[in-house]
Amino acid sequence: MTLTSDQVKRLIETVAKTVIAEADRLTTLDQAIGDGDHGLNMKRGFEAVLADLDGLARKPLPDAVKAVGTHLVMKVGGASGPLYGTLFLTLGKELPAEAGLAELANALGTAFEAVKARGKSDVGQKTMLDVLGPVCDALVGASADPQLGDRIKKVATEAAEATVPMKAVRGRASFLGDRSIGHMDPGACSAALMIATIVDCLESAKT
Amino acid sequence: MSANVGIVIVSHSPKVAEGAADMVRQMVGAEVPVAWTGGNPDGGLGTSVPAIIEAIDKAWSDSGVAILVDLGGAETNSEMAVEMLDQDRQGKVVVCNAPIVEGAVIAAAEAASGASLADVKKTAEELSPQ
Repeated sequence: MTLTSDQVKRLIETVAKTVIAEADRLTTLDQAIGDGDHGLNMKRGFEAVLADLDGLARKPLPDAVKAVGTHLVMKVGGASGPLYGTLFLTLGKELPAEAGLAELANALGTAFEAVKARGKSDVGQKTMLDVLGPVCDALVGASADPQLGDRIKKVATEAAEATVPMKAVRGRASFLGDRSIGHMDPGACSAALMIATIVDCLESAKT
Repeated sequence: MSANVGIVIVSHSPKVAEGAADMVRQMVGAEVPVAWTGGNPDGGLGTSVPAIIEAIDKAWSDSGVAILVDLGGAETNSEMAVEMLDQDRQGKVVVCNAPIVEGAVIAAAEAASGASLADVKKTAEELSPQ
């Protein structure tokens, strides 16, 4: 599908506003097992994105996605800046101007690998990768039927829930060792939130 | 421009970063270029990629720059900053896996002796348990 400039604008605006609206919840999660700044940091990053919304909407989608990544890198101030920044920068670099489902799956797969390298982490370590990995897997070879969006959202939500019993071995949460068990990872939560929002936007853009 | 390797200190806290830089300065005087940065783009606890790039610029030496960091985000943001430098500079900046204060002081002492970037990094990293 190709998004019009208005649709690109709405997509970025909705994702940014959703993250900003949920900032307190993300911060609360991060207070349990991290340093309590995930929501605040993501809010700062996406406020910079919102401030540049008109500029972003003038770009083709891949370039807009890359520019979102740059804003996050420059403004977030915590590890989630380079991590989400790398995700969006790579995604934008890999997405062709006219992306179908296969191209999207491919680009997201490459972006997932780039985030892994940036964080020197992997799935199973209670991070955003635990959501991105299953979502990538679900997209590979998926058929574009009307239920796909719901399936992807379900995969993302369940994957975020699945980080609750995990023990953190990367990032600040790893200092807690076993005490990190029993809380959802804030990065997994924000990743699932963004994926669900993107799915909803793309679905409404189709109709 | 100094021929000695430069040192950059990146902490979540500007006070920690500045304090560590003061200790380095007392140890090696002006023989080693030293720069520090701390705080997120709003000034709260955290680190900032543009501020790290600026600090690298300030401590620049053609012999290279060694970065000392405190916690997770400082390391990830420093690595990101290095990748955003001009191509010809990227290979001359390293992030050391060492305690920030002791690492900065020992790295600077090594740098003051005219040691190579690789040796400065190695000396600082000897402080970390293997």
